[in-house]
Amino acid sequence: MLLEVASLKAFYGASQALFNVDLTVSEGEVVALMGRNGMGKTTTIRAVCNLTPPRGGSVRLAGTDLRGRRPHHVARLGIGLVPEGRRCFPNLTVEENLVAAARSGAWTLERVNTLFPRLKERRDQMALSLSGGEQQMLAIGRALMTNPRLLILDEATEGLAPVIRQDIWAAIRTLKQDGLSILVVDKTLPELLPVADRCTILENGRSVWTGRPAELDKTLQDRFLGI
Amino acid sequence: MTLSRETLINLILIVLLAAVPFVALGIGQPFYITLATRIAILALAAVGLNLVLGLGGLVSFGHAAFFGIGGYVAGILAAHASSGEALMFGLAGSDQMPVIWLVTLIVCGIVGLAIGAVSLRTSGVYFIMITLAFSQMIYYFAVSWPAYGGEDGLSILVRNRFPGVNSMKPISYFLICLGMLIAGLGLFSLIRASRFGAALQAARQNAVRVAAVGISPYPIRLAAFTLSGMITGVAGALYADLNRFASPSMISWHMSGELIVLIVLGGTGRLFGPVAGAMLYVVFEFALGGLTERWQFFLGLILLAVVLFARGGLLGLLAGKARHG
Repeated sequence: MLLEVASLKAFYGASQALFNVDLTVSEGEVVALMGRNGMGKTTTIRAVCNLTPPRGGSVRLAGTDLRGRRPHHVARLGIGLVPEGRRCFPNLTVEENLVAAARSGAWTLERVNTLFPRLKERRDQMALSLSGGEQQMLAIGRALMTNPRLLILDEATEGLAPVIRQDIWAAIRTLKQDGLSILVVDKTLPELLPVADRCTILENGRSVWTGRPAELDKTLQDRFLGI
Repeated sequence: MTLSRETLINLILIVLLAAVPFVALGIGQPFYITLATRIAILALAAVGLNLVLGLGGLVSFGHAAFFGIGGYVAGILAAHASSGEALMFGLAGSDQMPVIWLVTLIVCGIVGLAIGAVSLRTSGVYFIMITLAFSQMIYYFAVSWPAYGGEDGLSILVRNRFPGVNSMKPISYFLICLGMLIAGLGLFSLIRASRFGAALQAARQNAVRVAAVGISPYPIRLAAFTLSGMITGVAGALYADLNRFASPSMISWHMSGELIVLIVLGGTGRLFGPVAGAMLYVVFEFALGGLTERWQFFLGLILLAVVLFARGGLLGLLAGKARHG
């Protein structure tokens, strides 16, 4: 098992956001983390990366305990995070954004440019001048440059134009074919479910259902994901 | 390859600065050589600060400490060289600039590492205050150290030597300082283009995000702070040799403020920001200082105008927003 999260608990100040989250991602697997807004998806991701240090439960990456490690250490151990809202470094060029994160491995500038040819065209532009879709490509590219064992995408296609979404999904499918393990959060089920090998649903800070996408029937969708 | 507007302006600035002493000699006004030398030295000091302030976004209000340490290293080594007395641990003094610069780099490196290691654990206003506190500590230490002049400062009887050059000739000394400035600018642009430079700037823009891609901001900032102090220190050594005098005023907080003002005037984070700023500052000081004793009042007005209307400084005004050049 690559990522093993058990009984995870997390707080923002005094208010508890996660009560009991169990989540696993195996090598080469794509897992969708689902749930309505405010149910704890982003908090789970933040807790895994130790950006919001968890106060209970365990987080292991390939057997290594991640709890209590600094965020940069967690990233070095092999978690590449594409945060919600992209968060590129606005006043660095596209290439500087990528190079700043680089660690040696299979993913290089050339390979990222092959995955996202747009980034190559825009290499000398400031990240702040990119469109939302291009920034998302850059954020994914930046995470890949760290040569992660597990890629985490929070709201992979939120707020992007439909055409751009297709490009992002195509890239995610390519990454899956390459055998990368991915944990992905997104709300567009028609695109998400075919990519995912497994789904975990959160409700009120608890993982309430885990199964294969085919098992996620209309009743379950209405109960846990409907608005 | 086409030159960007900023690169062109940079070239014009450096050619302008380099031309001043020759024009000064031509019109028989050698005083202007000293002015140009002062510009080159202050620009070098600000290039050092620009590394942490411009790239790292860390407002160090204590860089005068490094400037002063550089000055005192030059003064103390020269004093021991002329008196023949041994320095601590039986080491001899020296009147050779390369030796003085090397010692300055080592001393400022150690001091920078120590100050940085403590200061960088804070941020924002606390960082400003703690760097100020450290430089004031060094200031008062210099004031109360009678062996090297105390409050009166330390005179350098004969300007230190540079192999193969008569450093007493103003134009030769100017060229030495210009050479050091160009070396400093080269180092700055190398750093900015490197992965280290990208990470330093990224840490300014979003420290949490930098950690999330596996880079710890602290050691990067510490390295930048140390390097920055070393560069400013060498400028201090040059400054002491220019005036043949090292004084506590080089370490006073006015000096730290002056360096920040230079950078803001010229353009924060830009390669030639410090050069443009130092030119503006020294020319103002000279031109306005000739008209009124209260020239700093007018400098204040200009600074206010820059901050309000030209956030990119002089270079931002001339070359536009894009940072690269």
